[in-house]
Amino acid sequence: MAMLGPEEWQAVTLSLKVSTWATLLSLPLAVLAAHALARWRFPGRTLLNGVVHLPLIMPPVVTGYVLLMVFGPSGSVGRALQSLGLTLAFNWTGAALAAAVMGFPLMVRAIRLSIEAVDPRLEQAAATLGASRAWIFVTVTLPLILPGLIAGTILGFAKAMGEFGATITFVSNIPGQTQTIPSAIYAFLQVPGGETAAARLVTISIILALGALLLSESAARWAARRVGGQ
Amino acid sequence: MKLAVEMHQPMGALMLDVAFSAPPGVTVLFGRSGSGKTTVVNAVAGLVKPVRGRISLGDQVLQDSGQGIWLPPHRRRLGYVFQDARLFPHLSVHQNLVYGRRFAPRGSAAEPEARVIEMLGIGPLLQRRPGALSGGERQRVALGRALLSAPRAILADEPLAALDEARKAEILPYFERLRDEVAIPILYVTHSAAEVARLATTVVVLQDGRVVRQGTAAEVLSDPSVTPLGARAAGAVLLGTVVAHHEDGLCELDAHGVRLFLPGTVHPVGTALRLRVAAQEVILSRARPEGLSALNILPGTVEQIRSGEGPGALVSIRTQAGTVLARITRRSAAALDLNVGTECHAVIKSVAIAPEDVGG
Repeated sequence: MAMLGPEEWQAVTLSLKVSTWATLLSLPLAVLAAHALARWRFPGRTLLNGVVHLPLIMPPVVTGYVLLMVFGPSGSVGRALQSLGLTLAFNWTGAALAAAVMGFPLMVRAIRLSIEAVDPRLEQAAATLGASRAWIFVTVTLPLILPGLIAGTILGFAKAMGEFGATITFVSNIPGQTQTIPSAIYAFLQVPGGETAAARLVTISIILALGALLLSESAARWAARRVGGQ
Repeated sequence: MKLAVEMHQPMGALMLDVAFSAPPGVTVLFGRSGSGKTTVVNAVAGLVKPVRGRISLGDQVLQDSGQGIWLPPHRRRLGYVFQDARLFPHLSVHQNLVYGRRFAPRGSAAEPEARVIEMLGIGPLLQRRPGALSGGERQRVALGRALLSAPRAILADEPLAALDEARKAEILPYFERLRDEVAIPILYVTHSAAEVARLATTVVVLQDGRVVRQGTAAEVLSDPSVTPLGARAAGAVLLGTVVAHHEDGLCELDAHGVRLFLPGTVHPVGTALRLRVAAQEVILSRARPEGLSALNILPGTVEQIRSGEGPGALVSIRTQAGTVLARITRRSAAALDLNVGTECHAVIKSVAIAPEDVGG
């Protein structure tokens, strides 16, 4: 396998940048949403659950189109953000938003499952020892959901790395700007003689995915040992 | 400092409606399962919010539904020992022990860590994880964790119920030490008469969501009309001091001037002991029996006789050593012509006093 060309390198580094930002920024929100769905009873809970899961069920192209309507140059939120100096449409930040939205349901599901597995009686015990809700979350809940948190993060990251439909609809396929690995593979396959470049990127994709999987396995094992209490 | 509880709370088809106060020492909430004991303790801890109630500890009001006061659990500073220990699995024993310390106000009178660790005998466990502890060890650590959070009272909800007899015998002495060495109220829930007999300074008997009796352990357990667990589990408490250990393995006690003999205990001479005498192990005799193998024969007079539809009767006999309960048949009561005021002798076999019923 030959070395990567500059355009391919660009796609790889851009994908890593987009996915990292998408994962880091959506993680706190995913924890909050997972906690709300797992533990709180409030009006509109079913609605929230639906909205969170929508990107998982809708065609990605539709999600991308909705993002374009809302965050695009003519969308209301998009205009507001633009006046603050943040352009999302046809920009790598938009690719990060699309990746975050698409990965969000997967993160929430993994984290929610782990929160539901935490024995609420342990949190009660912490309360009787003087810990406020926030302290209970930091010192009891968070350490106990660490395996789910790690799994959710890696799942979200992997999803972000592979996102194609919503990204290409929302931010198009501009080399160096919004061309992530999947978009680049797609572009290479559209031109004659692009197969070898596409094959190189496919290999990189497989390696990255496998790496993420192995990392999540060993991290989950480490966290489970810590929580297991032996 | 006194814990005062008054609360109303629907509990299934039942209305929990209780009022009592717990002075320093151990106040035992005693009753069968489903009588509402755990709900009362959870309300004191703030884990349950009664629809109406007033709960105060000393001059601090924990809840007053009339004035809309309700302190959340983390601001009540009560050490809660749960039936299932509830140690944090991701923390070591030592981290569990000191968990509550960072939340205690500065300068609050916590027991010194070294003393608690020594008292509970958990020094060798400090670096372990809760998953590697036995049931009895877990419960000792849970007790230590509650104590080190500088609590203003201790709550214990059937802390021994999940343990086997050997483990119970291991933990009970720690609660006895706690009662005698720590000057805060302890509210202790149990459905075990043995635990009441050994621990209680005050007993509050709960039945179907109501307080049916409150008094000292000796008073309440010797009353034949109060048998929350049924006559089969009845038994009075005698108080005595160890005066001698005999070579044949017997231990001699002085109970208000009466000599009692029981199988040897580890308690040194001079120890004040409580012993529970199961009502079914007591034989009554009008004349002082002669040529009998039983070593303890206590003369007294019948104080109360209680019988229902069944064949049994529960008789309380006031003796110099204290009041003894005897569970006999109605037929025997008639044959002996037992009435209130009748003089008779209560006969207690030494070996009938179970080791778990004797405590310091």
